[in-house]
Amino acid sequence: MPDGAQETGIGASVRRFEDQRLLTGKGTYVDDINRPGQTYAHILRSPHAHARIVSIDTSAAVASPGVVAVFTGEDMQVGGLPCGWQIHSQDGSPMHEPPHPALAQGKVRHVGDQVAVVIAESAHEARAGAELISVDYEVLPAVMDLKAAAAGGTLLHEEIGTNVCYDWGLGDEAAVDAALAASAHVTEIDIINNRLIPNAIEPRAAIAEYNGATSEYTLYTTTQNPHVIRLLMGAFVLSLPEHKLRVIAPDVGGGFGSKIFLYAEETIITWASARIGRPIKWTAERSESFMTDAHGRDHVTHASLGLDADGRFTALKVQTHANMGAYLSTFATSVPTYLYATLLAGVYTTPVIFANTRAVFTSTVVVDAYRGAGRPEATYLLERIVSKAARETGRDPVELRRLNMIQPDAFPYATPVALTYDSGNYQATLDTAERLADVAGFAARKAASEAAGRKRGLGYSTYIEACGIAPSAVAGQLGARAGLFESAEVRVHPTGSVTVFTGTHSHGQGHETTFAQLVSDQLGIPIESVEISHGDTGNVQFGMGTYGSRSLAVGGEAIVRATNKVIEKARKIAAHILEASAEDIEFADGSFTVAGTDRSMAFGEVALAAYVPHNFPHDTLEPGLDESAFFDPANFTFPGGTHICEVEVDPETGVVEVKNFTAVDDVGRVINPMIVAGQVHGGVAQGIGQALLEGCVFDAEGQLLTGSYMDYTMPRADNLPSFTVATETTLCAHNTLGVKGVGEVGAIGSPPAVINAVVNALSDLGVTDVSMPATPQTVWRAIQDARA
Amino acid sequence: MPTVNMSVNGRPASGEVEARTLLVQFLRETLRLTGTHVGCDTSQCGACVVHVNGSSVKSCTMLAVQAEGAEVVTIEGLADGDSLHPMQEAFRNNHGLQCGFCTPGMVMSAVDLVNRNPKATEAEIREWLEGNICRCTGYHNIVKSIQEAAGNMGG
Repeated sequence: MPDGAQETGIGASVRRFEDQRLLTGKGTYVDDINRPGQTYAHILRSPHAHARIVSIDTSAAVASPGVVAVFTGEDMQVGGLPCGWQIHSQDGSPMHEPPHPALAQGKVRHVGDQVAVVIAESAHEARAGAELISVDYEVLPAVMDLKAAAAGGTLLHEEIGTNVCYDWGLGDEAAVDAALAASAHVTEIDIINNRLIPNAIEPRAAIAEYNGATSEYTLYTTTQNPHVIRLLMGAFVLSLPEHKLRVIAPDVGGGFGSKIFLYAEETIITWASARIGRPIKWTAERSESFMTDAHGRDHVTHASLGLDADGRFTALKVQTHANMGAYLSTFATSVPTYLYATLLAGVYTTPVIFANTRAVFTSTVVVDAYRGAGRPEATYLLERIVSKAARETGRDPVELRRLNMIQPDAFPYATPVALTYDSGNYQATLDTAERLADVAGFAARKAASEAAGRKRGLGYSTYIEACGIAPSAVAGQLGARAGLFESAEVRVHPTGSVTVFTGTHSHGQGHETTFAQLVSDQLGIPIESVEISHGDTGNVQFGMGTYGSRSLAVGGEAIVRATNKVIEKARKIAAHILEASAEDIEFADGSFTVAGTDRSMAFGEVALAAYVPHNFPHDTLEPGLDESAFFDPANFTFPGGTHICEVEVDPETGVVEVKNFTAVDDVGRVINPMIVAGQVHGGVAQGIGQALLEGCVFDAEGQLLTGSYMDYTMPRADNLPSFTVATETTLCAHNTLGVKGVGEVGAIGSPPAVINAVVNALSDLGVTDVSMPATPQTVWRAIQDARA
Repeated sequence: MPTVNMSVNGRPASGEVEARTLLVQFLRETLRLTGTHVGCDTSQCGACVVHVNGSSVKSCTMLAVQAEGAEVVTIEGLADGDSLHPMQEAFRNNHGLQCGFCTPGMVMSAVDLVNRNPKATEAEIREWLEGNICRCTGYHNIVKSIQEAAGNMGG
């Protein structure tokens, strides 16, 4: 180990245990698994964005070589895919929840909607069979424009009488209007947060298997949260009890939110596996990923920020139309409400804030959480409008931010949008970022660019996010239909090695390493003696999974608590054997010692005694050493930081090059700095992708124009610079580790820094706004429009 | 159905395939070498890169029958027993992978780069990686890994 073999504790960059198998081709992803007698499913999808299904003729498909079975919505009469978060409109009425069938029931509502499934002996035969299905569609007008759809016109779900899912509000609108009216200056902004397609490089896949002898189903699937899938699919869709449905998520090739949700395909094949009595595999082609993985973002927002004569923010009013897509995906409704509007205070002391969100159904792919989920949208809005306010009032954008920042001694800080920040030091991240970005040298670099005919700009984002999702009580009050705790079991084996079962799921985050560091450190045993197990409802007692940067702050804390229980039990065992009272047993460096003596037992010796309890007083001391804990946090965690982006723009072509990107984040205590930096790198790359490259485009008829890697611009290595990343640390006040979470900060903080940099670069050409993605064409047009 | 014969990771491999069978399908489905991955259907992502006669090739762009008689090396054949190839070791040492799905293709592509251009600059490395998409790492640590491996591969 390059850092020295001893360095495995908290704060050490331990090289990952995952890597040996993943680097040698020995990872096991879902599509790598094959079951005896396996068949293959192909989904026939709608070519139309909105149509009534007049008839479906499957006879030729049924007769096609190799085809085992064909099912349509008529065959699959089960529950709809549920939505996990109920939002109420401002008038108190509950949101509209139209049915979300796994296989279309009479109508299709986006291109790619599931119409039928063909199951065959091979993937080729399943696809060939699907091509023989004849569907008679009555094509209906696509519902594409958010505001027009909200106003009425063609209805996607006639039974609810509107395209508006809910019209939600947070804050005191009258107070905000009054404060804005009394402000010395009001900055207005219209913002589009572009729709993104998540694009984990592993396409979704699933294998469902039914055992007729035991009536048990096993589902291997690409999910971030196997227990949640089991609960939603079992309880709400297929009416299967948990003990008859086992969900396994083995190695999963990235998620970014898109693998949280219960999807139609895994549900269809689980249902069908019992019908045909054979295992069924389904693996998405990338084109299916583009048109069926839940998309992200897609907000249209108008906002007003009031400032007094000194530049202090007086009020913020935000009106957003949020695209739900054709149906409600699992957590879609929470994203543009409680994960968005609650972050609109940012790092600032704005005294009154009002947010209104209208969620709208359109004939597009569903929209749900994608890395950051609501918080990038809030941050982008806020950091754009603050920079715009600085320009309009002739203030330095950094000084305006500093003037309005919550002070380091003001915590806990209650915002006007329902959150209480527990800790932070935003000034420290800003100071460090300005130093690392060499802001002092920017003027010289800008002059050099200017001499070469290029425009150089600097953009800031001082952001906060709420993660560590979530306190169940708070989430429940806000409409969550599930708890959001996490569970852990620490099973000590007789010879002192340990298996830790966690309800979180790692799909790139390195839990097998970080969590092992925690337990090794706590028990004083070698890190190689700790194994982390996750991803199988047959092994792990329960879990809510990995999203919302929650694994360490919630799941890690559960592990710490279960490990503490192990230590307490072991203390009693050691006390019995050493003939002392438990209160006199001290535990340090992996040994239990009678205080003030040299009588001690190593952790491994206590473990062995737990399983060889020859003289235990069984009325007071049970054999075994296996403890579990459930942890429900008292609050969200609040990572924050400063991102500074430096770009160079070619004014003749509109090409933007990111020259430097500096991210200084406060993620609380850092367990493994190498992994933390890697998480920031990946998040920033996705944020730069959103700002400069990525954007989902549908045409007016609802056809997905960006449906492949040739049309949707993924960030490539030569689109990005090497990054400068660092951390500043304030500890979370309500978990013992002091950790906050790092998975999403990069994607949340970075997009406004990039766009603010582009606008800054072009400001002397008169450009005041550039929309995302700032492609060469968009930037070139902004320059031409400013010149006109 | 045609029979195809080739060397895979130094051992003879043969099988009956349909004419339309892609090399990646032959590797994954016939030989059960599932380290080579499929991440797209347009030959963009690079998760399927293997070496054919010493050059990196997207195995989804090549029919199995086109590899008749070829020397194919996959990610499973790169390490020397338990001893990782310097490129694999550098990826581990520099956290050049997260979810691991793009990694086999990324490593195979990187080995070919360093074989061709042992002194590749950061810009050359980034340009070479255009055909390999990673969604997790932001490429920062992949570039570092390749730079370190280039030093250790005798470049």
